[in-house]
Amino acid sequence: MKLLLELWTIVAVIAGAFFFFAGTVGLLRFPDSLTRLHALSKADNLGLGLVVLGLLPQVDSVSAGLKIVGIWLLVLLSGATAAQWIARTLRQSGPDS
Amino acid sequence: MIEVLNFGLAALILGLAVWTIVAREAPAAVVGFIVYGLLLTLVWLQLHGIDVALTEAAIGGGLTGVLLISAAVRLRSTETTARAQRSSASTRWLAAALSAAVTGALAICVLALPEPAPTLAPQVLANIAVTEVGNPITAVLLAFRAMDTLLEAIVLLFALIGVWSLAPDRAWGGRPGPLQQADPNGMLDYVARVLPPIGIVAGIYIFWIGADHPGGKFQGATILAAMWLLVMMAGLADAPPISRRWLRWLLVAGPLAFIAVGVLGAITAGAFLSYPLGHAKTLILVIEFALMPTLTLVLGLMLLGAPLRGEAP
Repeated sequence: MKLLLELWTIVAVIAGAFFFFAGTVGLLRFPDSLTRLHALSKADNLGLGLVVLGLLPQVDSVSAGLKIVGIWLLVLLSGATAAQWIARTLRQSGPDS
Repeated sequence: MIEVLNFGLAALILGLAVWTIVAREAPAAVVGFIVYGLLLTLVWLQLHGIDVALTEAAIGGGLTGVLLISAAVRLRSTETTARAQRSSASTRWLAAALSAAVTGALAICVLALPEPAPTLAPQVLANIAVTEVGNPITAVLLAFRAMDTLLEAIVLLFALIGVWSLAPDRAWGGRPGPLQQADPNGMLDYVARVLPPIGIVAGIYIFWIGADHPGGKFQGATILAAMWLLVMMAGLADAPPISRRWLRWLLVAGPLAFIAVGVLGAITAGAFLSYPLGHAKTLILVIEFALMPTLTLVLGLMLLGAPLRGEAP
């Protein structure tokens, strides 16, 4: 059981790191601001989510687990808001590079 | 493995610091500085200075970042003029040489520190029991070196007075910051309604847990101030006119309570800011509770800037 949980952590964290990597590549390579924003929010939401899910079996207490899930939810909220806000500003000011 | 990570972190921070200095555009330099603050937070975590890491993230990265962004936005119109008046090559080389000399001197001082570095940590741990708090950082800040914390709180007040003194005469006593229109369907409006309840709980939690774990009034007050600013940015509440009596009283309440506790110590325990035995925790809590609203207001009002409008909303 312990081995299985460790394996789960390793797989999930690596998958999360992959999303961060892909998001970074997208941020650097995508052609315009809106697509770059899209790449960035994927990294935030899915990447961090997978890292948090992977770390869940490693926490000492239920409250610590709830805290890191809470952090993920807060990042989801702030990431979605910021992305929406930037995108709206872009649409109002016209697309740039 | 962890060494590779630390080395990479150090290289990244140095690179970012250089980039922040050479960046031509003020907004780019500000973004560089904010990321620099966040990376510095990771360094403090690696050094096990979690209290410092929290403060760096909240004040160094967050609050200072917002201040610098608003400064960059205000200065945008002057940017081309500023760039036209470039200082001469000799002045720039002189500045670079001076900065490099200061950096070199600092590096030599740090490298010349005896190994292990001089520390008062064992004394703090030996005497922490008398303060009745569990977090040594809080014990240092509010018992062993309470004078520093008192002066820090007063300095913040002076800084706010400095910001206010930039107000034009006609707006003196008025409301700081621009008037925001609430957009009931906007994203900001939604977040400003959803986030503050969570943020207020988190801020008070970090403040309360500071007695025994990393945290404290400064970090908690920054979160509360951020929530207040969010509500004002969304236009859900207006900034208070700075001439209000309750505002002025709250601003001085923290330092006044701190000084009162100090005088009490001078009478009952023989020295300014020393606590009578057995009452240390209570008095520390009194100071913390009095400072919390003051700090929240000072940090929030400092970001709002000088009053620019009259009293009418």
